[in-house]
Amino acid sequence: MGKHNHPYIPNSQPEIKAEMMKTIGIKDVDELYLDVPERYRLRKLLNIPRGMSEFEVKKHVESLLAKNKTCAEMLTFLGAGCWPHYVPAVVKEIVQRSELLTSYTPYQPEVSQGMLQALFEYQSMICELTGMEVANCSMYDWASALGEAARMASRLTNKNEILIPRVIHPERLATLRVYAEPAGITIKQVAYDAETGQLSLEDLKSKISEKTAAVYVENPSYLGFVETQVEDIGGEAHANNALFIVGVDPTSLGILKPPGDYGADIVVGEGQPLGNPMNFGGPLLGIFACRGDLKMVRQMPGRIIGMTTTKDGNRQAFCMALQTREQHIRREKATSNICTNEALCAVASAVYMALLGPEGMRELGETIMYKANYAMRLLSKIQGVKAPVFNSPHFKEFTVNFDEAGLSVKEAHEKLLKLGIHGGKDVSKEFPELGETALYCVTEIHSKEEIERLAKSLEDVLAGRC
Amino acid sequence: MVKQADWSEPVIFELGRKGRRGHILPAVEEGVKQVVGSVNTIIPENMQRKSKPKLPELSEVEVARHYIRLSQMNYGVDSGLYPLGSCTMKYNPKINESLANSKAMNMLHPYQDESTLQGILEILYRLERWLAEITGTYEVCLQPAAGAHGEFLGTSLIRAYHKFNGELEKRREIIVPDSAHGTNPASASMAGFNVVVVPSDKDGCVNIEALKEAVSERTAGLMLTNPNTLGIFEKNIEEIARIIHDAGGLLYYDGANLNAILGKVRPGDMGFDIVHMNIHKTFSTPHGGGGPGSGPVGVSEELAKFLPVPRVVFNGERYRLDYDRPHSIGKIRSFYGNVAVLLKAYAYILSLGNEGLREVAEISVLNANYVAEKLKGIKGLTLPYGDEVPRKHECVFSAKPLKRETGVSALDVAKRLLDYGLHAPTIYFPLIVDEALMIEPTETFEKEELDRFVEAMRKISEEAYKNPEVVLKAPHNTAVSRLDEVKASHPRTMILSWKMRLKKGGE
Ligand SMILES: Cc1ncc(COP(=O)(O)O)c(C=O)c1O
Repeated sequence: MGKHNHPYIPNSQPEIKAEMMKTIGIKDVDELYLDVPERYRLRKLLNIPRGMSEFEVKKHVESLLAKNKTCAEMLTFLGAGCWPHYVPAVVKEIVQRSELLTSYTPYQPEVSQGMLQALFEYQSMICELTGMEVANCSMYDWASALGEAARMASRLTNKNEILIPRVIHPERLATLRVYAEPAGITIKQVAYDAETGQLSLEDLKSKISEKTAAVYVENPSYLGFVETQVEDIGGEAHANNALFIVGVDPTSLGILKPPGDYGADIVVGEGQPLGNPMNFGGPLLGIFACRGDLKMVRQMPGRIIGMTTTKDGNRQAFCMALQTREQHIRREKATSNICTNEALCAVASAVYMALLGPEGMRELGETIMYKANYAMRLLSKIQGVKAPVFNSPHFKEFTVNFDEAGLSVKEAHEKLLKLGIHGGKDVSKEFPELGETALYCVTEIHSKEEIERLAKSLEDVLAGRC
Repeated sequence: MVKQADWSEPVIFELGRKGRRGHILPAVEEGVKQVVGSVNTIIPENMQRKSKPKLPELSEVEVARHYIRLSQMNYGVDSGLYPLGSCTMKYNPKINESLANSKAMNMLHPYQDESTLQGILEILYRLERWLAEITGTYEVCLQPAAGAHGEFLGTSLIRAYHKFNGELEKRREIIVPDSAHGTNPASASMAGFNVVVVPSDKDGCVNIEALKEAVSERTAGLMLTNPNTLGIFEKNIEEIARIIHDAGGLLYYDGANLNAILGKVRPGDMGFDIVHMNIHKTFSTPHGGGGPGSGPVGVSEELAKFLPVPRVVFNGERYRLDYDRPHSIGKIRSFYGNVAVLLKAYAYILSLGNEGLREVAEISVLNANYVAEKLKGIKGLTLPYGDEVPRKHECVFSAKPLKRETGVSALDVAKRLLDYGLHAPTIYFPLIVDEALMIEPTETFEKEELDRFVEAMRKISEEAYKNPEVVLKAPHNTAVSRLDEVKASHPRTMILSWKMRLKKGGE
C-alpha cells in the first residue's frame, strides 16, 4: 500500500511491518500462507473496485442514496411490519455511544455492566408492557421470533400442529414455514369472519384437537383490526392443552389489554417501532416473552440477562443467565442456534420506553389510534372507497378498498405517487377475496393536515381530476 | 493499571418520580377527537388496558444521564484491544456509522415503490456481487440477520437440495468437526439433521480417517471452518472436499471470519457449495453489544434457485425485487436483511478496495503470528497443535501448565487482563484445547497495543507464580468485582426481570 498505512490498519506501515516480520522470523507475509495448497492461493486481485478516500466514499454512497426518494420526501402511509415513528434524538445519541456500539456479547460481565444492565432493563420493560414475566434480550425480528415460538411450543407440548390465523403477514407466514417444517410442525390456518375479520371461532373449534401444540393470534392483526375474542381463543387453546401465542405491535400496548392479562403463554412481536428507524426493513427487533415458570423459561431461545451479585455478595450486578440453553454450551441440543441478536436495537427500545413512561405509552397508543381512525373516517367518505373493509375496531393500520371506484390499487397508487404521496401496501394479491385493497398505516407522525391532504388527493384521483 | 468507571447506577425502575416525562408526543389536533370520538368507545371494554404499564417515570435529562453512565461502565473496541477470538473485534470506521445513520438510510420503507428505491437496490445488488467475488460463489443472499441465521439458511438450503433430489429421507446427517463453533451443530439440528462429530487430528485439522468413517449415504453435508477455530488452515481441504462430494454431500463453509483469507483464498475455489459470512466481523460493522449483525450466504450456481425471496435483479437499466422463484425455500425473516448494517459493509469495502482487503488479511495474520510468537516464551502457557504451522487470524494458547502449577486458570487470566485495561480473549473455546485462551488481535490494532497485551500476559504469569491471590481474586479495577454467575441461573435465586425482582424482593 505504498509508504502509508491504511488508516484502519496501523501496522501496514512498511517499517512496522518489517519489524514484526523480523520478530516472527519471516521475510514476506506470504510465508504465513505456505500451508495453503498452492492451487487455491489467489494470484490475482479481486474484481472489486480500488480503495477510495473517506471523502470519495462519502460522496459515492451519498450520491447513490440520493437516487432514492425517502419517506421524508414524500407523504407515506406504509406500515405492514415496519412502521414510521419518530425516534427521539436522545435515543440515537445513546446507541451511538461507542462503548455500547463497539462492544460485543458481554462474555466478561465485569467490564460490561453497562450493556448488561441496559438489556435487563429492556427485558423488564417489555415484561411490563406485555404483562409477561420473562423476556429475552431480542430475536432477529417478529417473523423469526414466531418461528422460534412455534418450535418452543412444540417442544413443550410434545405436539406438532400450530393453528394460525388466515390474516397474517405473508412474510411472517413464509418465515414460520421455514422454521417449522424441519421440526416436523404442520401449520393450519384458521378462517376469519368476512364481516369483521375476527378469527372464526367455529373454524378454530373444528381445527383444534389433541394434536394442537399452540394457537397463534396477532393483536392488532396484520390488517390492522383489534382481535377482540382473545379470551375465547386462549381458553380454547388451553382447553386442548395447547399453548396460546400472541403477536403484538408494542405501540398498541399502552391502550390495549396486555396479552399476559388474557392468558398468553408466549408473546412475540416487532420492537422496531419503539425507537428504531425503518432502515429499509432492517435491523428489526424481535420481541420474545413468556410466562415465568421454569419449564417454559428453560425452553426459551436466545440470550437472557439476569440480576445477580458480586461473589462477595456486596453489590448488585448483571450477567447472562441460563446459558445452558444456548448453542455455545448445549450445541446441537440447544433451544436455538441464535448467538448474535439485535441487542443495540433492544437498548434503543429501552431508552424509548423509559422516555415515554407509562403515561407516554398510553398517549402514544391513543394518538396513533385517533389519527388512524381519523384517516379512516375521511377516506371512507370518498365516493367508491371502503375504509376499513372490516367492521371492527382498528388501531394504526386499516384496509382501503377501491372496488367500487373502478380503479385498481396499483392505478390509485401510481397517481398518488405523482402527487408526492405514497399510499399503503397493495394486499390484493395476498387476499384476493378482498378485491382491490390496500393496507394503510397512520401513526403519531402524521399530522391532521397531512391526513386531509391524502383524503383530498385520493378524492381527486378517483374523480379522475388527476 | 487502569480503573473503569463505576457509577453504582440504580436500575432505571428505582429512578425518577411519579409524573415525570422524558418525551412529549405531537398533540392530537383540534377537531380530530370530535370526528373520531373517544378511544374508549372504539376499543371494546374487554380489550382496554385497565392499569398503565409499570414503566419508570423520568425526564429526558435523567434518562440521558442514566444511559450515558451505563455506557461508561462498558468496554468497547474504541476502549482498547479486544482480542476476543472468533469474534473479530476490529475498529468500526466512523464514516460508515454516519452514512448508515443518515436520514437517507433511516427513512426508507421496505415496501416503497421500486422507482423510489433505485439507489438502495443498486447498493445491495453491487454488494452481493462483491461478496460473491470475495467468496468465490455464484450468488449471495443478504437476508440473514446474523451468522447463525446464515447457517440456518445454509442448512435449510442443504435440506432443500436433497429434497429436490428426492434424497432427504436418506440423508439425515451433517458432519461437524469437534472444533466447530456451537452454532454449527445447533444450525444443523435446527434444520432437522442429526449431527455427527468428527475429531481433530494431532495437527488440529480434521482427522481424515475419522471423516472417511463418518461419511456414508446418510451424509447430507459437512460444515467446516477454514481456517479452523484454532486459527489453522485445513491443509487437506482438497481431500475433504472430495470425500464429501463423492458421498453426495454438500460442503458448507463457516466463513463467520473471513479476515485471514480476504483476497488470498476463496471458499468457492476450494469446492464449498455454501458459505456464510459475518458482516459484523470481517466487514467491520460494530457488534452493538451483541447485535445487530448480518450474515449473508453465498452459494454455488446449482443452489441459487433455492435462495430466499426476493432477489435483487438488474436488467441493465432498472433494479427490481424479484419474487418469482418457484424453487425458493421462502423466507427466513421479514424484508431483505439488516440493510443499515449492509450499507456500512458497502462503504467499508469501498474504503479498502481490492488491495486494501488483501492487506487486511495479511496484517491480521501478521498480528496474530506476532502475538503468538511473543507469547510463546511466557511461563505457564503453551501453544497446542504445534508451532511449526503458522496461525491465520487467531491463535489458541493453553493455560493448562499455569493452572497445574499455580492454580490460576484461563478464567483467572481473563479476569486479570481486565485490570490491565484490556479485554480478555475468548476462553474455554475451542473445546479441544484445555484452559483455552483464543486470541484474535485483528488488523486494526497497532503494534504498541499488541505489545501492551503481551506485557500484561507476562506480568499476569509472574503474578500467578509469585502472588496467585491477586489473579485469583481479579478483577479489582472494573466497575464490579467477580460475579456470582451461578446465582443468576439458579431457579431459586434467578431474577430475569424487574417484576421478578420485586416478587422475590423479600428473600
Ligand atoms: C466461527 C463462528 N461461526 C459462527 C458464528 C455465529 O455468528 P453470529 O454470532 O453472528 O450468529 C460465530 C460467532 O459468533 C463464529 O465465531
